[in-house]
Amino acid sequence: MKENNLLVKNARIIDPAGGLDESGDILIADGVILQTGKGLAASGATVIEASGLIVCPGFIDLHCHLRQPGFENKETIASGASAAARGGYTTVCCMPNTMPPLDDAATVGHVKDIAAREAPLITILPVGCVTKDRAARELADMAELAGAGCIGFSDDGSPVSSSRLMSLAMQNAAVLDLPVIEHCEDLDLSQGGHMHDGWVSARLGIKGVPAAAEETMVARNIALCRLTGARLHATHISTSGSVELIRDAKRSGLSVSCDVTPYHLTLTHERVMKAQDAPGATLAYDTYARVNPPLRTSDDIDALIRGIKDGTIDAIGTDHAPHTAEDKLCEFENAAPGISGFETTFGVLMSLVHTGKFDLNTLITCLTVNPARILKNASGTLQPGARADIALLDIDREWTVDVKDFLSKGRNTPFDGCKLKGMVVATISGGRFAYRHSSLRIS
Amino acid sequence: MSLSEQGPGAATRGTLPQLSLDLWRHRHVLDLDDFSREETDLVFEIAEGMVEILDRDVKKVPTLRGKTIATMFFEPSTRTRASFELAAKYLGSDTISLDSARSSVTKGESLIDSLRTLQALEVDTIIMRHPSSGAPYIAAQHLDTSIINAGDGCHAHPSQGLLDIFTMKRQLGDLKGRKAIIVGDIMHSRVARSNIWGTRHYGMKLVLCAPPTLLPPGLPEMLEKCALNHVTIEHSLDIALENADIVMPLRLQKERQQSGLISSLREYIQGYQVNVQRLARAKPDVLVMHPGPMNEGAEISHEVAYGTRSLIEQQVTNGVAVRMALLYLIAGVKNR
Repeated sequence: MKENNLLVKNARIIDPAGGLDESGDILIADGVILQTGKGLAASGATVIEASGLIVCPGFIDLHCHLRQPGFENKETIASGASAAARGGYTTVCCMPNTMPPLDDAATVGHVKDIAAREAPLITILPVGCVTKDRAARELADMAELAGAGCIGFSDDGSPVSSSRLMSLAMQNAAVLDLPVIEHCEDLDLSQGGHMHDGWVSARLGIKGVPAAAEETMVARNIALCRLTGARLHATHISTSGSVELIRDAKRSGLSVSCDVTPYHLTLTHERVMKAQDAPGATLAYDTYARVNPPLRTSDDIDALIRGIKDGTIDAIGTDHAPHTAEDKLCEFENAAPGISGFETTFGVLMSLVHTGKFDLNTLITCLTVNPARILKNASGTLQPGARADIALLDIDREWTVDVKDFLSKGRNTPFDGCKLKGMVVATISGGRFAYRHSSLRIS
Repeated sequence: MSLSEQGPGAATRGTLPQLSLDLWRHRHVLDLDDFSREETDLVFEIAEGMVEILDRDVKKVPTLRGKTIATMFFEPSTRTRASFELAAKYLGSDTISLDSARSSVTKGESLIDSLRTLQALEVDTIIMRHPSSGAPYIAAQHLDTSIINAGDGCHAHPSQGLLDIFTMKRQLGDLKGRKAIIVGDIMHSRVARSNIWGTRHYGMKLVLCAPPTLLPPGLPEMLEKCALNHVTIEHSLDIALENADIVMPLRLQKERQQSGLISSLREYIQGYQVNVQRLARAKPDVLVMHPGPMNEGAEISHEVAYGTRSLIEQQVTNGVAVRMALLYLIAGVKNR
């Protein structure tokens, strides 16, 4: 046994990929999971005393923004990776809306170089653009992007409006066997909108984005998926109508998957007008609650949770979207949309487990094996031989979100000050600690 | 400072207002949703005193002498700005006015930085207009200086709401059981929204009348959630006008046709113009109001705008009086 081996003792091991939920030990050697079982021993190994902790595969995020190159004041690959590690993530897919965007092999190579050099402990998988410059006019060189290591294609917040162009992109993606990761938004219908089109937008005098702006595009993309045979992944869906469309598409055997964010599962559009610290004002226009797609209604949350329980929703993605303070300290409609989410995702999601909305195994499935399957990636499991990407979780530990402690440069979150129950206490990537909380007992 | 020494009512009538100034609890005036009935009545009572000042030959009183009031307009405005500036001057304050076209905003300065600069210059009150809904709320969260919202996006225009209700009350007395109609582009109207809140204390009915494309889809649910039971929505102006006491058309902006919200001006006029024939459906003594600026021949006919039932000019005069009352309460009373 080598010195750098790790032995996790007395944990509750949850590995949905292997159908495992039992107490025991995990032995890690040379960055690989060697064995899972009871009463394991290894001389010379570093021992993690994990009684009371959950051990599961490291989380896999299908949707985050690392901002580099171009927006290093918001986040860098290094700072984003540190925040991801603290959030339990060992693999993250970064969106291509950088400057320049990830629309050619050179830029993708640049990101991969930085990632290898400055964030070696997190697996960073770039998502390539669908169109050049994300301008929705002509396709990016998709085969070249695939060759450079992109794991899927997306123009994210600037979705391709042209159905013809999107069908061409999907044909290419199908041949490359990579998913098209779509932010589904009919830009014509959502034009000028800044929050959910509902009673709160009427109250605040802010133009709304109707649920139909998402649903029409989900429906179109499903039709194009049927046409082309491509793998469609609808990212950060937010409405009950989207859940229904995707449920039906899956029933008819189409290769459609989707994810949802922690905040679309927990916050509603009412949150926009109720800031936590708004002295002197009865009403708030909380720019921290400005996200795209917008926070929806409690009925939508119920539908999203049903979608998670019945498997319609495959994954939970952070949509980690760090911004500077100035990006948010402005008029609501001028505020940059997005939430810095890596470091709160698990705690926020555990609130849904603690209140019985869905169980822990379902949550871990959505954070590990399901996103791995969408990526056709071998990670997301604790089976022997797998890369030792592991999260250690204390699901009962209470803590208070304080953005001043964030490892992310982005301190933009409506969860600041929230008391959460459930914390990532360690993240192990390839057998090495990517993050370690002070409470972790090691000998 | 007590009102008996320096207050405007005292200066004109030699009496204290019946309502106590202790009722006033606003540091900012952002919208009418947080105005109690008593506060609204207090504004109106003080505004009555101001009307008397406005009737004088020499209109200047020393009430706010030594105070500095800034108007900061991030959006073009003529009448609201003039009304506020005159109100400030009649009360003896010093005023400065900044507009975004000439200020550092065009050099990329943020909203908060612009306003913080004014605060550092020791301005007492900032009167602010901004094209983004909620901008004064963001300002109020980050500033100690009092903010008066002179219109924010599609959200609120509290001084306009107050002057509208003040004008109704001066004409009709008790508004209980009265029926007012606001007709037109409710979707984009901060005037309509502030009137929705302001009228809720007075036992009157308010009908919002517009084609469906000019109403926010969430409006019915908003009225229900906010318990604004005095407000109803009606798509037909002919039906809405039955037994109406007051009708207030809103300006129809040309952009609305360009963006397709109405099919043509002709169709809009056929359905929604306030004109003589249509007013025959209302009460014979129906009153006509308009927040201005008007598009004569579009939402309102010339005959109605300048007819005997029109209160439009009184609204303008009352607007100065109501804004004087607000400035008195905000800049003159707040440090008592």
